[in-house]
Amino acid sequence: MNLHEYQGKELFARYGLPVLPGQVAGTPEEARDIAAQLGGLVVIKAQVQAGGRGKAGGVKLAHDPDEACDRARDILALTIKGLPVRKVLVAKAADIAKEYYLSIVMDREKKAPLIMLSAEGGVEIEEVARFAPEKILKLHIPVEGLRPYVARSLMMQVFPDFAQAQQAAAILLKLYTVFMDGDCSLAEINPLAVTTEGRVIALDAKVSLDDNAEFRHVDWDHWRDPEDESGWSRLAREKGLSYVKLDGDIGCIVNGAGLAMATMDLIKHYGGEPANFLDIGGSSNPEKVTAALEIINGDGHVRAILFNIFGGITRCDDVANGIVASLKESPLPVPLVIRLTGTNEEAARQILSDFGLGATTSMDEAVRMVIARAQEVNA
Amino acid sequence: MSILIDKHTRLIVQGITGRDGAFHTQQMIAYGTNVVAGVTPGKGGTTMHGVPVFDSVAEAMEQTKANASVIYVPAPFAADAIHEAADAGVPLIVCITEGLPVRDTMAAWHKVMAKRGANNPLGKPRLVGPNCPGLITPGQAKVGILPGHIVTPGPIGVVSKSGTLTYEVVKQLTDKRLGQTTCLGIGGDPIIGTDFIDALALFEADPKTEGIVLMGEIGGNAEEQAAQYIRRHVTKPVVAFVAGQTAPPGKRMGHAGAIISGGTGTAAEKMAAFEAAGVPVARIPSEIPGLIAELLQRRRTRRRNVVAKAAKQATPAKKAASAKKVARTKKVAPAKKAARTKKAAPAQKAAPARAAARKRARTSKQQAPRKAAARPKSKTKAARGK
Repeated sequence: MNLHEYQGKELFARYGLPVLPGQVAGTPEEARDIAAQLGGLVVIKAQVQAGGRGKAGGVKLAHDPDEACDRARDILALTIKGLPVRKVLVAKAADIAKEYYLSIVMDREKKAPLIMLSAEGGVEIEEVARFAPEKILKLHIPVEGLRPYVARSLMMQVFPDFAQAQQAAAILLKLYTVFMDGDCSLAEINPLAVTTEGRVIALDAKVSLDDNAEFRHVDWDHWRDPEDESGWSRLAREKGLSYVKLDGDIGCIVNGAGLAMATMDLIKHYGGEPANFLDIGGSSNPEKVTAALEIINGDGHVRAILFNIFGGITRCDDVANGIVASLKESPLPVPLVIRLTGTNEEAARQILSDFGLGATTSMDEAVRMVIARAQEVNA
Repeated sequence: MSILIDKHTRLIVQGITGRDGAFHTQQMIAYGTNVVAGVTPGKGGTTMHGVPVFDSVAEAMEQTKANASVIYVPAPFAADAIHEAADAGVPLIVCITEGLPVRDTMAAWHKVMAKRGANNPLGKPRLVGPNCPGLITPGQAKVGILPGHIVTPGPIGVVSKSGTLTYEVVKQLTDKRLGQTTCLGIGGDPIIGTDFIDALALFEADPKTEGIVLMGEIGGNAEEQAAQYIRRHVTKPVVAFVAGQTAPPGKRMGHAGAIISGGTGTAAEKMAAFEAAGVPVARIPSEIPGLIAELLQRRRTRRRNVVAKAAKQATPAKKAASAKKVARTKKVAPAKKAARTKKAAPAQKAAPARAAARKRARTSKQQAPRKAAARPKSKTKAARGK
């Protein structure tokens, strides 16, 4: 799960990282009230998960509450990189003297958190990495943790002023605590700013959380923005299905992530376009099958649906039962092609044929068949 | 022969009384695996499918002298189960459980590596997974959840990030009478105990493995590194497949590790890396059996030729060879070259691009064995000695 800036700052503030006071607003009027409360110069920032918000006109200054209201109205009308702006952060503005970049990311190759630090802040780090990689300092954090002297000596390489280096080191240590305790896969501050008074603060927050750790973070649920998910995505998540909507017209329901990706690839290989990625996972609860059919039918423009099941732990007869139960309840508006093989394959075939459905055993054959059926519907 | 598990494997099941643990214990026993103990804290003294249950791994190790452990413990406790197995001295730890937080896996990984010691890539203890289907050595033992009926003994080593895609490909191999030494699912998480390189090293060192099928997927750069490793260290033929060619960037495709981020980790990059290393890449799974069969055939022919050549040259070449012998060798060489070219010709007509890749593969591999022959063998012996 990726957090919005205001959520990331909420997390940072909890761990004592210096962020400027502010609140999130969904309407121009709310923005005006917040600006009045904060007083003085404020900054209005679009809350969308995309880089380059400033360039897109999603970050504006306001000198008084009425101006804040107007600016918020402008920004709330924007769509940035395809994402409609539904919320703005209204925060106290600061006078910036210099901008740095600081992040901690999980390095899967070295199996350790990696600190990245650069004096080139405020721009996208991917740009710096491409054109001036030597300007990014990198340091892996050992398994026993980050020592204060290590944080300090790292910061002294970048901050010319010792007092600032020390503030930045304190920020890095806290950011590491956020990263570990918070089960982050990324915790980024860009820019890490030095104000004209010499204070070092986190002006932005970009945080990605490790979804697998949700069981030990009761607070994560309130961060999940219901508007960020379509109803179908939410249903998929609640039913334990792994679902990604795509642009094609052939729906696929598969068990296992690798096989699901390979199925999408095969559809493309034979000239079709997959409508989605959907992994029903290891267990073969008939309820999951029903939900999967409902999601694929409801979300998008599906012209034919393919089931590709390789029974291991998943039992083919369970899937067959799920299909039959679902079709009894609501008949499908589009053709269905079923491929089943593995555990309890014979029983599954029987269940399907009793209901008047056929099933193939070959994945290639099934994919070619579903593409043909989709084209018939097209014609 | 095989890698990691065989008929001498003595297995502990951690989480044996749970739903998955109990079911798969039954399946593993039915396949012929020697399951010697189960562990569930608080259930010590009971039995499950005839297997004695202990309260701790240490106790189970002491009582049964097991040499491997498989973990079906729920995600919040699975990393702890890895620590427990490592501390109890289990040499092979296979974690099937999915959904472990990366932070937990990271700590467990470091524990296992600290126990193993530095610069000991083929050493013990070894962690496989988490979030993997485990492994199976056909006809000998299965540790994990791979279905037993799709495998058959033979010369191919299979290593994959995925579960059901592995089953799919293994079944297609078996249907084409291409049996396996060991099939190993390494898992799709960002941090895993055994990666492609470890698996390649193990298969390279296994005398019965003649060819390797490697199945990767989008995310990370394990496939790129595997390609590099194959070029430098693997003398056996390898065929690769990469799932997720149609996956869009920024979306996680089920597996925690399967996400294209910042323009890296794409299937196209991985496929290009394999091709650059001379590894033929199957575009679709059903191409894999044909590609590996052809490479195996070619390797066997080449080996026969090498044996025949060695028989002719009874005296080692480095001893001041007589002018007569040198002349003979020179004559033999061009003849063989011609024979090889003839064999390669039909393939080139059929699929020029693929044939070109294979040609590159052959060229690099022909050079590789000579440098590598001595070195990996000595390493292998050392590893086996331990």
